[in-house]
Amino acid sequence: MSFFKLFSRRTSAPVARERLQILLAHERVSTGQSDLVAVLREEILAVIAKHIHVDSDKVKVTMDRGDAVSTLEVDIEIPSNVAPATAAKANVANTSAKVGASAKAASAAPLTRSASA
Amino acid sequence: MTKVLVVTSGKGGVGKTTSTAALGAALAQTGQNVVVVDFDVGLRNLDLVLGAERRVVYDLINVVQGEAKLAQALIRDKRIETLSLLPASQTRDKDALTEEGVDRVISELREKFDWIICDSPAGIERGPTLAMRHADVAVVVTNPEVSSVRDSDRIIGVLDSKTLKAEKGEHVEKHLLLTRYDVTRAERGEMLKVEDVLEILSIPLIGIIPESDEVLRASNLGTPVTISNPTSAPARAYADAARRLRGETVEITIPSDKKGLFNKLFGRRAA
Repeated sequence: MSFFKLFSRRTSAPVARERLQILLAHERVSTGQSDLVAVLREEILAVIAKHIHVDSDKVKVTMDRGDAVSTLEVDIEIPSNVAPATAAKANVANTSAKVGASAKAASAAPLTRSASA
Repeated sequence: MTKVLVVTSGKGGVGKTTSTAALGAALAQTGQNVVVVDFDVGLRNLDLVLGAERRVVYDLINVVQGEAKLAQALIRDKRIETLSLLPASQTRDKDALTEEGVDRVISELREKFDWIICDSPAGIERGPTLAMRHADVAVVVTNPEVSSVRDSDRIIGVLDSKTLKAEKGEHVEKHLLLTRYDVTRAERGEMLKVEDVLEILSIPLIGIIPESDEVLRASNLGTPVTISNPTSAPARAYADAARRLRGETVEITIPSDKKGLFNKLFGRRAA
């Protein structure tokens, strides 16, 4: 055991490498995503607010990043006694509408970092 | 076509100023007209590393605020006539640097030089973003050490979002300059390897500067290492990096100072 420790103590670089990989995978998503998701959320909310009164807390925008495909999930909860902001248009039923959209990761430009030549 | 290059890192103390001086000198030594611009307002040091600290009369802020003409503030190097320095202000508040002012100075410099090398302050706030604002090319200086790699990753993100190129939907060409690299320690598993850092940061490598006593000696003397000892390992590494910046294909090597058999066997411990 102590003999093994004597050797393992020396190679700290692999530990550094692993810690960085885990940390940065996490940080890249959170720092890169926060801006885009915040912008999307605000604009989506603005469009919906034109037609329906929606509580801003009831709009959830989340993004999952995968290697090949990332998904953008927009979850909007509409109150059952829906009151259209502008009279006509809204033929939206009660309960909640869920829209799932997926896009290739590459299209979400600010998020991805691929090795450039 | 003038190229604007920013030397940046996020983290302080990794060798931005040293690298700015050495790359600037190396490019100027190839006959290019080079100006190195110190953006570290309040903590200027590029003048000191270049040995021009006693020749500073006017600085970047004076030019930005219209108190001096650009030609009055530029200091021409005494050893390489194609190398000039635009020093930062040591006394003024860093808020004196404005976007419009920087835009104007850079466009004036573009008329005179082939290379404008901006030495960025540490951090990711206003100073560093102003320094990278006009960049066509970025050299991200990184030490093979966790905090430096993490901060470099962050600054790469900033380069992709807060530069004029990014705002136009274009890309700043980013290059990794790995400094203070120790081959022996990396091979022993005591230090992150070149491949580790490259894999984590995923930007192309422009050079590896080996850890060397010559770097401190050069700054002691106020002479870029490519001038003070051109045959030393770090000087050769910087010269190669400068050639790559000019678009030449130079195989990446890690230069080392030649050692005798005795030093090869016992050098590390004896030193």
